[in-house]
Amino acid sequence: MKVLSKIYMVIVFALLYAPIIVLVLFSFNEKGSLNQFTSFSFYWYKELFRDATALTALKNSLYLAVASSVLATVIGTLAAFGINRLRSKYIKTAVRSVTNIPMMNPDIVTGVSMMLLFVFAASMPFLPIKFGFVTMLIAHTTFNIPYVILSVLPRFAQMDKHLTEAALDLGCTPAGSFFRVELPFVLPGIVSGLMLGFTLSLDDFVISHFVSSPDFQTLPLYVYTQTAHKVKFSMYALCALMVFAILVLMLLVNFADSFSVGKAKVKRKNKTKTEVKENG
Amino acid sequence: MEETKINENKKKMEQTKIIDLKNISKSYGGDPVLKNINLYIRDKEFVTLLGPSGCGKTTTLRIIGGFEQPDEGDVYFLSERINDVPPYKRSVNTVFQRYALFPHLNVYENVAFGLRVAKVKNDEISKRVKETLALVNLKGFEKRAVTTLSGGQQQRVAIARALVNNPKVLLLDEPLAALDLKLRKDMQNELKALHERTGITFIYVTHDQEEALSMSDTIVVMADGRIQQIGTPTDIYNEPKNAFVADFIGESNILDGVMIDDYRAKFAGVEFKCLDSGFDKNEPVDIVVRPEDVDIVPAEKGMLKGTVTGVTFKGVHWEIIVDIKGFKWMIQTTDYCAPDSVIGVYIEPDAIHVMKKSEYSGMFGDYSSYSEEFDELSVADPEAEEQTGEKDTEAADE
Repeated sequence: MKVLSKIYMVIVFALLYAPIIVLVLFSFNEKGSLNQFTSFSFYWYKELFRDATALTALKNSLYLAVASSVLATVIGTLAAFGINRLRSKYIKTAVRSVTNIPMMNPDIVTGVSMMLLFVFAASMPFLPIKFGFVTMLIAHTTFNIPYVILSVLPRFAQMDKHLTEAALDLGCTPAGSFFRVELPFVLPGIVSGLMLGFTLSLDDFVISHFVSSPDFQTLPLYVYTQTAHKVKFSMYALCALMVFAILVLMLLVNFADSFSVGKAKVKRKNKTKTEVKENG
Repeated sequence: MEETKINENKKKMEQTKIIDLKNISKSYGGDPVLKNINLYIRDKEFVTLLGPSGCGKTTTLRIIGGFEQPDEGDVYFLSERINDVPPYKRSVNTVFQRYALFPHLNVYENVAFGLRVAKVKNDEISKRVKETLALVNLKGFEKRAVTTLSGGQQQRVAIARALVNNPKVLLLDEPLAALDLKLRKDMQNELKALHERTGITFIYVTHDQEEALSMSDTIVVMADGRIQQIGTPTDIYNEPKNAFVADFIGESNILDGVMIDDYRAKFAGVEFKCLDSGFDKNEPVDIVVRPEDVDIVPAEKGMLKGTVTGVTFKGVHWEIIVDIKGFKWMIQTTDYCAPDSVIGVYIEPDAIHVMKKSEYSGMFGDYSSYSEEFDELSVADPEAEEQTGEKDTEAADE
């Protein structure tokens, strides 16, 4: 049974990662071919970095990812703070469900509805909205907010309510208590929310497809237009780099999470230890 | 001459009402928690609010701290009305039940927190934090993370964090509830010593009557959102005002009786001499006799006669349950009595305390269903307490 389960695991991982491995492998193929691997080279990478449009798209993607994730983190953290303070349990649950909906919604629905909204807004007088960076930023921030709330809210919920009271008791104004006590406490959640938002923004294609304009292309959009007609091998290199970047980010998110979890564990361990000591 | 003057001055200082609660009422979602509380606290006093969970003692403390606003009534701090003053503007500091230490700060920074907020200069902070940590016996713990400390140590940090700000009043919300018995005793002594050394007014909330008796200058017994009695520990113990106080503080045999005349009480079918007067003739009353005040004598010499139904060894004394005309008395004695033996009891006039009938009369029966084990479980179960605590805060939310 053990052997079987191991084989099963290998198969699952192979299915999951084989395409990516093939992609990464062939991005190093000197000859632009999918049939045979001739020799190892960085040719396509060099080619990629000569491609000015690709570099602009990369720059756009990074700008957008940073701006939208920071914006979403600020809004999401404040939202989580507010949701946590809601007094009625029913309203709390309702608000939480509503904020989760954009996460469950198919991207295509979000994308189309965003596009319709922007078209409508653009048709209004005095609302000079133009498809491009602004619409992309609004859309990306919007779909990032629920993820930020999802990662920050549990930290707020974990926080001892008396911590805030203790801060007030020691002379902090409510705002002072937020910055001195509550923010440091939820920081791990904020950091992982921020990184999650950055990643999601970086690799979003569907929603971006509906709200971007030809003069503001992100990396995924660029890759799509490049591969729509004829496969360009520099795109393999690009995809390989993106996989790598996402991998690093995910590792960081996990690290931030396990860091905070680890801390909590140490705390629990110490607590039981001291309890044993005090009882014994 | 000089000395008497100083003493007079000191007395005068102690007479200053530092906190005055007038006609305070508070309810959560239609449930009254405090019903017309009137209480003043003198400067430098050690006052304990004592009562079972849900009696309103924590709410009273939170009103003084500024975390709750009374629905009705006024709170005065040194004759100044402070109903609408937020907690961060009151010169009152709180030691919270579960310490509420800031987990992201070390011991030093936790204690320094209030001073940093008040923008005190760094060298002054360092001096005062060191002094205060020494005061609570935590020298050398400055760099430690608060999460690595034991319960007792965390408690000390919480006390230091409040004391370092030199508050006029220190509020302590069941600060020892989470500690085990031995540590609790040690901390009681330390708190008492701290109170004497600092001269700060302490307002202490607890449900532990023994803790209240051994630490306080004044005890305020609360039940059902009302103050039942205010007095010194000896007053409260020796002269309980009603059946609730008598039952809650220490062990007591509470019997139905009749005041035949001044100094003559009748209960258990026999007339006794007592020291109480001022009741109507033949007024029904509650009689309290403490278990340690009952003398055991040979059956034929006793004022009352009864059969021993239970004997428990308590170390210092025996605790025996005696059935006298169907009422099970608890008697604490250093003489062993065999179960099922018939004994006589003798009660001195000063051992009898007569109380007016109250809403609590008849609520506390004899010791027939008494079980030590159950009693201890209900007090020592931290889970149960946490739950009631949760309930409190939840109620507060609504």
